[in-house]
Amino acid sequence: MATAAAQARAVKKAPQTGDAIARLLALIFAAIVLLLVVLVVFELWQGSAASREKFGWGFLTSSVWNPVTEEFGALPFLYGTVITSLVALLISIPLGVGAAIFLSELAPAGLSNALTFMVELLAAFPSVIYGLLAFLSLVPLMRSRVEPFLKHTLGFLPFFQGPAFGVGYLTASLVLAIMTFPFIISVSRESLLAVPREQREAALALGATKWETTWDVVVPYAKLGIYGSIFLGLARALGETMAVTMVIGNSPAVHASLLAPGYSIASVIANEFAEASTKLRAAALVELGLVLFCLTIIINGIARLLIVATTSKGSKR
Amino acid sequence: MKSLLAVCAAALLGGGAAQAQKINAAGATFPAPIYQKWFGEYHKTHPGVEINYQPVGSGAGIKQLTDGTVDFGASDMPMTDKQLADIKVKPLHFPTVLGAVVLTYNVPGVMGDLKLAPDVIADIYLGKISKWNDGRIAKDNPGVKLPGEDIVVVRRTDASGTTFVFTDYLSKVSPEWKSKVGASTSVSWPGQTLSGPQNAGVAGLVKQTPDSIGYVELAYAITNKMPYATVKNAAGAWVRPALESVTAAAAGAAKNMPADFRVSITDAAGKIAYPISTFTWMLIPSHIPDAAKAKAIKGFLQWMLTDGQKEVEALTYAPLPKEVAAKEMKQIAMVQ
Amino acid sequence: MRLRWRKFVSALMLSASGLCALIAVSALFVILAFLVYNGSKSLDWNFFTQLPKATGEVGGGMANAIVGSLQIVGMASAMGIPIGFIAGVYLSEFDDKHFASLVRYTADLLNGIPSIIVGILAWTLVVVPMKHFSAFAGSVALAVMLIPIVTRQTEQFLREVPMALREGSLALGASRWKMIATVVVPAGSKGVLTGIILGVARIAGESAPLLFTALNNQFWGGMNEPTASLPVMIYYRAISPFEDWHRQAWAAGLVLIALVLIANIAARMVLARGVSVPRG
Repeated sequence: MATAAAQARAVKKAPQTGDAIARLLALIFAAIVLLLVVLVVFELWQGSAASREKFGWGFLTSSVWNPVTEEFGALPFLYGTVITSLVALLISIPLGVGAAIFLSELAPAGLSNALTFMVELLAAFPSVIYGLLAFLSLVPLMRSRVEPFLKHTLGFLPFFQGPAFGVGYLTASLVLAIMTFPFIISVSRESLLAVPREQREAALALGATKWETTWDVVVPYAKLGIYGSIFLGLARALGETMAVTMVIGNSPAVHASLLAPGYSIASVIANEFAEASTKLRAAALVELGLVLFCLTIIINGIARLLIVATTSKGSKR
Repeated sequence: MKSLLAVCAAALLGGGAAQAQKINAAGATFPAPIYQKWFGEYHKTHPGVEINYQPVGSGAGIKQLTDGTVDFGASDMPMTDKQLADIKVKPLHFPTVLGAVVLTYNVPGVMGDLKLAPDVIADIYLGKISKWNDGRIAKDNPGVKLPGEDIVVVRRTDASGTTFVFTDYLSKVSPEWKSKVGASTSVSWPGQTLSGPQNAGVAGLVKQTPDSIGYVELAYAITNKMPYATVKNAAGAWVRPALESVTAAAAGAAKNMPADFRVSITDAAGKIAYPISTFTWMLIPSHIPDAAKAKAIKGFLQWMLTDGQKEVEALTYAPLPKEVAAKEMKQIAMVQ
Repeated sequence: MRLRWRKFVSALMLSASGLCALIAVSALFVILAFLVYNGSKSLDWNFFTQLPKATGEVGGGMANAIVGSLQIVGMASAMGIPIGFIAGVYLSEFDDKHFASLVRYTADLLNGIPSIIVGILAWTLVVVPMKHFSAFAGSVALAVMLIPIVTRQTEQFLREVPMALREGSLALGASRWKMIATVVVPAGSKGVLTGIILGVARIAGESAPLLFTALNNQFWGGMNEPTASLPVMIYYRAISPFEDWHRQAWAAGLVLIALVLIANIAARMVLARGVSVPRG
């Protein structure tokens, strides 16, 4: 026969052990996420040891990739990865920001939501589908129409010289542009929508045209979020594997012309990892993976900072 | 929720266990058409044995065999002494078929067969001959209207036995190639080249890209109705890659086959020999711990050397010379 | 006059932005049009029921790839969803200052890792010790990609559940974990479910991490065997020269896109039907 006090004590105790277990369990599972990242870093570091020891920092600047003499360098792949991503952004930033402006400033809410949904669907398409389309439909088009046209009109620039293969940096950049603009549109639109109405109204009241309001007041207000979206798109473009592998031409060298075939880090890993029979070659590929990993961490980190800065800024004002 | 997950996991895992003896192999794309046909046929007549062959390239096949992630490998390049030293369980080389590496091309306006001399081929790939209407190509092909376009050179992205056979041939006919590039499954290609993974990838690129040239196994060129070059052999004769010319290339080797079956027959002597011919090998570990698997593999090898050989000609590969097949039968016993 | 010019510029630039939006949206329709046109020509009963034929032979289908994808994605979901969900619950409900920030940061990191590197991880952790390729190795790779997506989505939607609900439950004497299990999770379930559907749809289309984990198979695979999957098949078929294989690649692409579209639209509908509680 327990006293009321003892009963109260018993009731109070029971939930606490249940809570303690629940907390521990949740902690463990959260720790798994941490563990996975640690594993990735560890594997990349360990796996690349042989290559890091042999080539040191020179790995990043060497453009030799010779499996026979076992000399490996990252430059062609770094170059290919960066140039395709940058050219992709060159195309997708104006397109993306322009579309985001339309969707946030001009389109009525219903239309804006519907169109944004459609654009976001593009972000959900698998990479290999883009590759399929690009290889079977875009490449022949590039080879027979677009690249000859560019050579004809802009051929005096070193970027548009050389034979028109169809595959190469330019085609890969185009595909990446299509894959990155959904991110830019989506996040930029959010940032633009978050700009308080007062800002727009004040500018209009002062006699600004709609465009001047948008470009000189709203966009600068949202610029951190827009920059964040760009870095987000960049991070995605850097790591893209399948779509790029299928259209970049797989040539491990640095070429000035955008019409030339090239290679990207993710592509060379996808193509050569399964067959890297010597320890050094496998380590070189893993080191490339490490370089890519570091690149994406940095870019993603910047993106996060920019986007977080926007949301905190928005709420303060 | 957790018990549901456990049941799902069991069902999924359990679904994998089947009655058939499942064997995994990977390697060369060169013989992939005939290998996959063989494994399909063999499974029909011997439903207890299922051999999954993945054409990933000879280099990948050798690596996976070395790592122990497949039951046996396949390669158009016999393993080097160094590769054999690195592998724990020594594999036995079993030649399976004879095939030809052909130069396939896509030149608008040229419907027929081009004649390409050995030094011309080497110089195209060295980047020294850059246009289709180069005098040296035109010289051997009078009457053919060659365009003045740049030659788009296509080669393999992946570590390839086909690349080895091709570069082995080029090393024999061009001293410059030998010193500058060498022969291997993966080389540092001079000049600007396009590349595709696997034989299918190279064929795919050449098929789509005008003014291109690439090296593939004969079956890929024929199935895709792509033209391929006539090559001048060591004896000075212009030879088409075909059953007879490939078999002729193996004639010398058949008589003097080394005990481990590792041999190169490129640039073979012989009036009608096609100079870029090769054996291709299955790499079977000399010791297979799983007795049932070993039995299944040995059974397949016996079938391959007898009934299997009857099917190769339909796919434009050449069957093994009788002496070689007989010698291999004896080697089967060495698989424990 | 200056005003006329400014108004003209305004109209021009805003039209340009409309054009950008038009281009962006039409990209979707052009891509779908290509897939539907090329894919529907090639989809037939054989595609769904037959095994692939040997290289160079005409005919056959991708039955094993469809089943293989289901197996791999199913196993990946079975492993990834629970881990991601509970980690998300932790971040939302048991938010310990530093550790939680660390976990949040690493979840984002994990999300941003290129898929090919996840493939390397799974190869080292699963394929090499097991000494063979397997659907299980592929599942591990995909699970690693699924976990951060589910974690972040779970955290986001559970956070939105109003404090009032939690406090009410606690005031009635429920223990913390009971409160989470019976009040918070059901309240945020729609959003969490959306996140899970989208995450699974995303990993179902991944090809790179499967290239050297699940490899491929002409026959039926299994958890313990190399297994064919739709995305990997699309890759190999598309780059080949065989017209018949291109046909099959288009058909497989159409099937994959149909799945992705269905999942995304379903997720939207779940979310649009309103959250279970009025937003506070």
